[in-house]
Amino acid sequence: MDTVAADGLLAWSWLLIALPLAGAAVLLLGGRRTDRWGHLLGTGTVVTAFVLGLLCTLQLADAGGRPVSVELWTFIETGSLDVPVGLLFDPLSAVFVLLITGVGALIHIYSIGYMAHDPRRRRFFAYLNLFVAAMLLLVLGDNFVVLYVGWEGVGLASYLLIAFWHERPAAATAAKKAFIMNRVGDVGLALAIFLMFAQLGTVTYDGVFGSVGALAGGTVTAIGLLLLLGACGKSGQFPLQAWLPDAMEGPTPVSALIHAATMVTAGVYLIARSAPIYDETPTARAVVLAVGAITLLIGAIVGCAQDDIKKVLAYSTVSQIGYMFLAVGLGPAGYVAGLAHLLTHGFFKAGLFLGAGSVMHAMNDAVDMRRFGGLASRMRITFVTFGLGYLALIGFPFLSGFYTKDAIIEAAFDRGDGWGYVLGGVAILAAGLTAFYMTRLMLMTFFGRPRWDEGVHPHESPSVMTAPMVLLALGSVLAGYLLVVAFPLEEWLVPVFGRPEAAEHVVAPLVVSALVTVVMLLGVASAWMFVGRREVPVTAPARVSPVVLAARRALYADTVNESLFMRPGQWLTRALVFLDNRGVDGAVNGLAAALGGSSSRLGRTQTGFVRSYALGMLGGAVVVAGALLAVTAG
Amino acid sequence: MTLTHYLVLAAILFTIGAVGVLVRRNAIVVFMCIELMLNSVNLTLVTFARAGGTLDGQVMAFFVMVVAAAEVVVGLAIIMSIYRTRRSASVDDANLLKY
Amino acid sequence: MTDFPFLLAMIAVPAVGAAVVAALPRGSDELAKRLALGISAVVLLLAVLATVAFDPDGERFQLTMSASWIPDFGVDFALGVDGIALVLLLLVGVLVPVVVLASWRDTAPGRRSMRTFFAWVLLLEAMMVGVFAATDVFLFYVFFEAMLVPMYFLIGSFGGPRRQYAAIKFFLYSLVGGLIMLAAVIGLYVVSTSELGQGTFAFDALRQLDIDPGVQKLLFLGFFIAFAIKAPLVPFHTWLPDAGAEAPIGGAVLLVGVLDKVGTFGLIRYCLPLFPDAARDLAPFVLVLAVAGILYAALLAMGQTDLKRLVSYTSIAHFGFITLGIFAFTTEAATGAVLYMVNHGIATGLLFLVVGMLIARGGSRRISDYGGVATQAPRLAGVFLIAGLASLALPGTNSFVSEFLVLVGSFPAVPLFTVLATLGMILAALYVLIVYQRTMHGPPRGVLLVDDGTPEPAGTDGATATLTAPAPARLRVRDLDRLEMAVAAPMVALIIVLGFYPQPLIDLIEPAVAATMQDVGAAPAGIAPATTDAGGTD
Repeated sequence: MDTVAADGLLAWSWLLIALPLAGAAVLLLGGRRTDRWGHLLGTGTVVTAFVLGLLCTLQLADAGGRPVSVELWTFIETGSLDVPVGLLFDPLSAVFVLLITGVGALIHIYSIGYMAHDPRRRRFFAYLNLFVAAMLLLVLGDNFVVLYVGWEGVGLASYLLIAFWHERPAAATAAKKAFIMNRVGDVGLALAIFLMFAQLGTVTYDGVFGSVGALAGGTVTAIGLLLLLGACGKSGQFPLQAWLPDAMEGPTPVSALIHAATMVTAGVYLIARSAPIYDETPTARAVVLAVGAITLLIGAIVGCAQDDIKKVLAYSTVSQIGYMFLAVGLGPAGYVAGLAHLLTHGFFKAGLFLGAGSVMHAMNDAVDMRRFGGLASRMRITFVTFGLGYLALIGFPFLSGFYTKDAIIEAAFDRGDGWGYVLGGVAILAAGLTAFYMTRLMLMTFFGRPRWDEGVHPHESPSVMTAPMVLLALGSVLAGYLLVVAFPLEEWLVPVFGRPEAAEHVVAPLVVSALVTVVMLLGVASAWMFVGRREVPVTAPARVSPVVLAARRALYADTVNESLFMRPGQWLTRALVFLDNRGVDGAVNGLAAALGGSSSRLGRTQTGFVRSYALGMLGGAVVVAGALLAVTAG
Repeated sequence: MTLTHYLVLAAILFTIGAVGVLVRRNAIVVFMCIELMLNSVNLTLVTFARAGGTLDGQVMAFFVMVVAAAEVVVGLAIIMSIYRTRRSASVDDANLLKY
Repeated sequence: MTDFPFLLAMIAVPAVGAAVVAALPRGSDELAKRLALGISAVVLLLAVLATVAFDPDGERFQLTMSASWIPDFGVDFALGVDGIALVLLLLVGVLVPVVVLASWRDTAPGRRSMRTFFAWVLLLEAMMVGVFAATDVFLFYVFFEAMLVPMYFLIGSFGGPRRQYAAIKFFLYSLVGGLIMLAAVIGLYVVSTSELGQGTFAFDALRQLDIDPGVQKLLFLGFFIAFAIKAPLVPFHTWLPDAGAEAPIGGAVLLVGVLDKVGTFGLIRYCLPLFPDAARDLAPFVLVLAVAGILYAALLAMGQTDLKRLVSYTSIAHFGFITLGIFAFTTEAATGAVLYMVNHGIATGLLFLVVGMLIARGGSRRISDYGGVATQAPRLAGVFLIAGLASLALPGTNSFVSEFLVLVGSFPAVPLFTVLATLGMILAALYVLIVYQRTMHGPPRGVLLVDDGTPEPAGTDGATATLTAPAPARLRVRDLDRLEMAVAAPMVALIIVLGFYPQPLIDLIEPAVAATMQDVGAAPAGIAPATTDAGGTD
């Protein structure tokens, strides 16, 4: 991957980051003065960034996708460590720039309507802008440290936005949980960077990827696993998946942008970007596969039992990102499939979240699907756009999910060994589950008898909200075809991943597609059997099988975290506070008290009786005399 | 009369004085006992001076007498003022300077 | 320009200023604080000019001056700075005016006057400049001890309810360390007498000595214990939470921001170059203390109920990072450690300041007395968050650069310790975010609640309940005003600017650190030889 210095418009690609960052700064520092036009500025910067990103991508395409670098300034240089602030604009980052700014711009527009009545709307746009800037820094950085800066920057933006309604204790707690679990992952990423510096003396992509082949296998595996830990934290993958569903406490546009379309896919980006590292370590790659397979199953199972519309979508996100991890874990055969799925998922999941937000908007911010129902006729546009996103997600033939999910499952089978069949089987099973829970969601929300709370009068959302939904729905329908057939992503990414050799299909693609479609239809049918045919109870039934109970409790992930880390941690903290106050400080205070006590005890001998002093003197004189005698005699 | 006789007498006087200081409560008596001890020391000094044939001991004895006289003046004055305020000459009653 | 005695001026101006402020007539507090602000601003200006006059690539010690002081014992009044001392002088220069501004509205307890407070602050500034600028070990010791006096009075006269206890504890701890160090200083003089034939306290001469390893170890321990108490390292730390909690906010900022840095400064300036063999031999032991401190103090910070004690404990954890960086013996880590000293002064200084602003509003130091402040004081919450994020070393804040340098530099030399220290990152996020959530997030509650309505729907008796409908609970809390913004703004600006462009400071620090590392015999490049692997092999 030889890079050239940027010229033309690409030399200005730092503006991509600077624009939203400046927007955030103006909105945060400007205070109430910017309240009236703040949302327009916030949206404007991202739309401009999108246009700029598009132009940059076109220029990149003209140059044949040759990676371009922009050196900005020296970040840290001391000893043998040299960390520049530089940007790398290559086909991979271009794809992400377009996704982030494109979906980001649509969601900014949607938020103008969604947050219209919130007194803190200006700050919301400031945080969103901050997020976009940090995310762009993440994907554009040309070394791991700059990536890390963006990595934690999006974590901060995510924290701020989840806790946007911070008066709610649940939101505040969810934000903290998200940040902490992310930090666990970040430690992995940080250690990976330390290891790279210790072993290779460099942290730039060029330097690391160029020399990683010379390292011992164990070291590379360690780097790969540590990077994976970071990716798991950010992308809500097993075992760090528990924060993502809680993050739904944030405003819905946030869920759409950060916790569905962009930030949570950063883990996939990291692994795809680090492809040269994973190419050297089959072990780490196998772990990526395992993480992906476990997570996509967990997400799908838990999603089936949730009643909160956003939580269903959140678990769906967990599960879909599991697909992407599975794909990139497959190696060269899967990178493109994973990234294609990432892009189409960005469209349809963002669309689904915006639709969910529109529904919540109509239902006075209720999220319990058991109190929805019959909304199809009241909210035509929302229903149609949501429905298209739904079909795309479950992989309805010739919609976007169909192309990209099938590609992943095919790639899994193409491994050719027994594990390939296992992984493919798991992926197909999860596809069925996906169809089940999404159909359940559709039926409970849009069909059946209305089960609304009193005083709820559903209405369609304003056009500033529906327009982005329509555009995203269009994307959900077309993106798969465009990315796989019309303008193959595979071609575009050749400068990054090279040209993969034509895979020998173990199972014919047609068979896979047919199988997936059949399983999907089975899922839809069973959802109709369980949910569509009968009345949905307004409160969740209490007497359910242990499996359903476990799924409702998210397979006890929180319970495990609490009993394994939180409670022992609290106990340890309390014990240490006791130890410090009583033990360490107690020893010091005890020493002081002992000195003071002995001095006052010695003082007691000063009775004030002259005769006892005289006795003391006599005694002393006798002792001295005795000692003298003893010395002279002896 | 040998050297020993003088020294034994001085030791007896010193012991009487020391015991008196330790067991008597009356400040005047204690005071007199102290004088007794000082004089026993004087006796010893003079004895040795005479035995050694020098004048050093005698000179020392004069010093002791001068100091004792000064001490008597200050001491009796203190005892008097204590007696005036407390109506007692017992040394055990004047124990204000404790811990 | 370079002939101007910057360092002497930086000591003399605040010292004379302190005398003038103290001599002002009673009732002229207003004049006193203006004067104090002016004087500290002059010192800041001098520090900046000194930095301009300093050539990073020039000689080790610059802006030097020397005058004979006690010729019989070879004691000189010798001043000079290298990059390490210079950045700390800049920190002093920045923090003192901020502290003066932050104490603008404070009132002194009892019959004391704020005039005296500002006089002590200025005197402290003079002492702090002296301790960093001294190049004579005896002079360093004198400033090291003299510094205690103004700080003792700042805590003991102007502090919280338990100020007497805290002040005496602070003083005794420091005195014990100081006396042990005095013994080592004298020992050093004796050694120099026997080696050079003529005793000296000059740092540069002592650096050349080749001391017997056994003696080196004893002398090293003498200095080390003094610095470990000052910094403080676990287990010599228990004075800091008390002193930090009871000191007035301005005093606490200077205490944790600068005074404690003298400990870590001493480690890298004196312990390493003077006793290189002992430093290498005892490094594993020091590293254990450092890493234990990071984890232990972070866990303790989480368990605190008092805001100021919590901030004090976070500092102890940060000092663990600094010590780790110094005793990893790599240029990168030690540069990071020195940078960490500066950044910690700014970040924790701001954290103390903003906590002080919160306490000024609520009148309580208990965390549980606050809640939901962010709804009504967004600027206060914002500054609190920035300070907190800087404390947990979020990228984009200054602390990230230094923490990253410390860890990335230590990793090749002592991997096991570094991995353990990295876990401190998670704990840092926990202690910052837990306290932020408790005080700033959630529904309004605590001492700031407006008491005219009934905050809880239950428990109202009939008569009042009909009059006042259950209005949503509100806090009576001012957001930051102009003066407080003027205090916070420069600190926030520094946090962010140094977060993205730390290189100028690194350029200042690195040559001095590289020279120190050469003294210790560590390789200048990232991968250190196997001298320090005692605890790090795995």
